[in-house]
Amino acid sequence: MAVLTYLQAISEGMREEMRRDESVVLLGEDIGVYGGAFKVTKGFIDEFGPKRVIDTPISESAIVGAAVGMALYGFRPIAEIQFADFITVAYNQIVQNAATIHYRYGFPVPIVVRAPSGAGVHGGPFHSQNPEALFTHVPGLKVVAPSTPADAKGLLKAAVRDDNPVLYFEHKYLYRRIKGEVPEDDDFTVPIGVADVKRPGRDATVITYGSTVHTALQAAEDLSAEGAEVEVLDLRTLRPYDEQAILDSVGRTNRVLVLHEASKTGGVGAEIAAFITENAFEKLDAPVMRLGGLDTPVPYSPPLEEYWLPSKERVVGALRRLLEY
Amino acid sequence: MPRKAAKGKKTAGAADLLKELGPDTLLDWYRKMLLVRVFEQQAAKAYSLGKIGGFLHLYIGQEATGTGAIAAIRDEDYVVAAYRDHGHALLKGMDPKKAMAELYGKVTGCSKGKGGSMHFFDAEHRFLGGHGIVGGQIPLATGVGFKIKYVEGDEVVLCFFGEGAINQGAFHESMNLAALWKLPVIYICENNRYAMGTPLERASSLFDLSQKACAYNMRRDVVDGMDIFDVYTKVSEAVKAARQDKVPTLIEARTYRFRGHSMSDPAHYRTKEELEEQMKHDPILTFPRKLKELGILTDEQDKAIQAEVKRVVQEAVEFAEKSPEPDLSELFTDVYAEEEV
Ligand SMILES: Cc1ncc(C[n+]2csc(CCOP(=O)(O)OP(=O)(O)O)c2C)c(N)n1
Repeated sequence: MAVLTYLQAISEGMREEMRRDESVVLLGEDIGVYGGAFKVTKGFIDEFGPKRVIDTPISESAIVGAAVGMALYGFRPIAEIQFADFITVAYNQIVQNAATIHYRYGFPVPIVVRAPSGAGVHGGPFHSQNPEALFTHVPGLKVVAPSTPADAKGLLKAAVRDDNPVLYFEHKYLYRRIKGEVPEDDDFTVPIGVADVKRPGRDATVITYGSTVHTALQAAEDLSAEGAEVEVLDLRTLRPYDEQAILDSVGRTNRVLVLHEASKTGGVGAEIAAFITENAFEKLDAPVMRLGGLDTPVPYSPPLEEYWLPSKERVVGALRRLLEY
Repeated sequence: MPRKAAKGKKTAGAADLLKELGPDTLLDWYRKMLLVRVFEQQAAKAYSLGKIGGFLHLYIGQEATGTGAIAAIRDEDYVVAAYRDHGHALLKGMDPKKAMAELYGKVTGCSKGKGGSMHFFDAEHRFLGGHGIVGGQIPLATGVGFKIKYVEGDEVVLCFFGEGAINQGAFHESMNLAALWKLPVIYICENNRYAMGTPLERASSLFDLSQKACAYNMRRDVVDGMDIFDVYTKVSEAVKAARQDKVPTLIEARTYRFRGHSMSDPAHYRTKEELEEQMKHDPILTFPRKLKELGILTDEQDKAIQAEVKRVVQEAVEFAEKSPEPDLSELFTDVYAEEEV
């Protein structure tokens, strides 16, 4: 196992899939000669050439649309949206074309749309968003959001191999801040739709994904010192999410906090909370609680942005309320 | 592409404009252009010191375009810009203190620190942003043009964007709408040759960008974006067409950015020689030189103007540094417009 950063793991996942399968091509703004805005595709154009590492104009709609068109005829394009915020420009192609073509015509659409999301870098309102819930609502799409280097690589490879459109939200705050062991086996994948217990516990569960997995782990560590054992369940895939893993965890702990960085209202947490209430109501010792980013745009001002984010302190507070309920 | 338009249209020379506008106006342009330059040099310094966070995109090199174009409109006209917006905001009248404070994320900033560098806004001076989504401001500017026409006003809108934005659908939809509805909007494409690391030739099938207007049966022009006189003259013609005949124009301003795309971009995609060649046309040197040739600026006056501008920027910095951070409760203000009861 090699120790890689989250960013290196994403790169390595793409590189391996491109070496394995010639039908995998990349499209995006400044991904080739420039090496990507965050340098995720640095060196790719040298190894795979401009035919497979395709620099595009600033045209998100056409980038994703072109990926869909290629996917209809045997390609497995990975389209990069430079910041997840700009995915709104491609919304029509993702939601109307990519998501429904198989339902309407029976053509698979094996595209991956990579989108660096998330706050914490003082990017302001248009470079900090977490738009995953705009897509988890859409039948026909799969949505993943890894939290660790191993998951980042494994899910990337699984997404490329999947015959459906997969939205891959990578958290840009984690890029160089998170390191971890990553399997080197060429066929290592993390299956889409399978959650992962990142820390076992018996007293409460935090169900989360992406950057807030790390917040939850820190909160669990703090509470452990006080004698409460909190489980951290990393969803990894947001659609289709792992129903069984959720039910199993609820069965173990009977108390659930759903946590994500995206704003709380209408977020993925609402779906998870409703699912638990519908399917495991009798198992609950407390109402399912939710915690997310605050319900405002993400401000530029560093102290306001920090306040916007669901901090460890806020998670600990919510867990205490949950445990005391 | 040569910088001068091939079309042979004669621009009023500096001497003609001096006769028409008088020395005070030209000196005022110089003061404003210098303010933009010095403001941004100072912002770059503060960024390196970690006093400004996030992303910072400098307009350095392109000042003649913004200064000449905005000099061609009135206070009541509107300006809409992309995210490289500090210059346009200052030129439209934003208080440098509010601008610097916004970069510092302070509550005294033009958006109370919530918007930052890319999202300046000043309703009082009719500066309608500062927009972080490439091309996203173009339909908005078009809508302001529609408002003007609807209420039979005689204001105009200047809409600025980079050549990278031309490849967005939003640009094309707006062009057609403005031409179809005859809206008083002047679309100014600041072609600084690069969209991040991508030169125009690798992103556009057409290099002579104002030709895009032909597809929409729209008036068009090309200006030397490093030559404030050329910019002023041709934008003035477009403004006249917009004000009197409600006709939109697409103008390509051929310019160049001297810094990287943002503070973190070392700009390895261009050669040192190319940059040096372009810097010979640096408007902050060529413009005062011209004013001296015309005999309306002495070395002493130049020094005095420089000192005055530095003082203004220094005051802006002090203001920003002394200003408080926004109170945490500010996070929740202005998410929605207040209901009137
Ligand atoms: C819709 C969208 N796509 C991509 C970006 C990322 N991005 C920001 S600036 C930029 C280059 C823009 O180039 P141009 O329009 O020519 O303006 P310039 O930087 O030259 O002023 C890119 C790709 C963005 N902000 N919005």
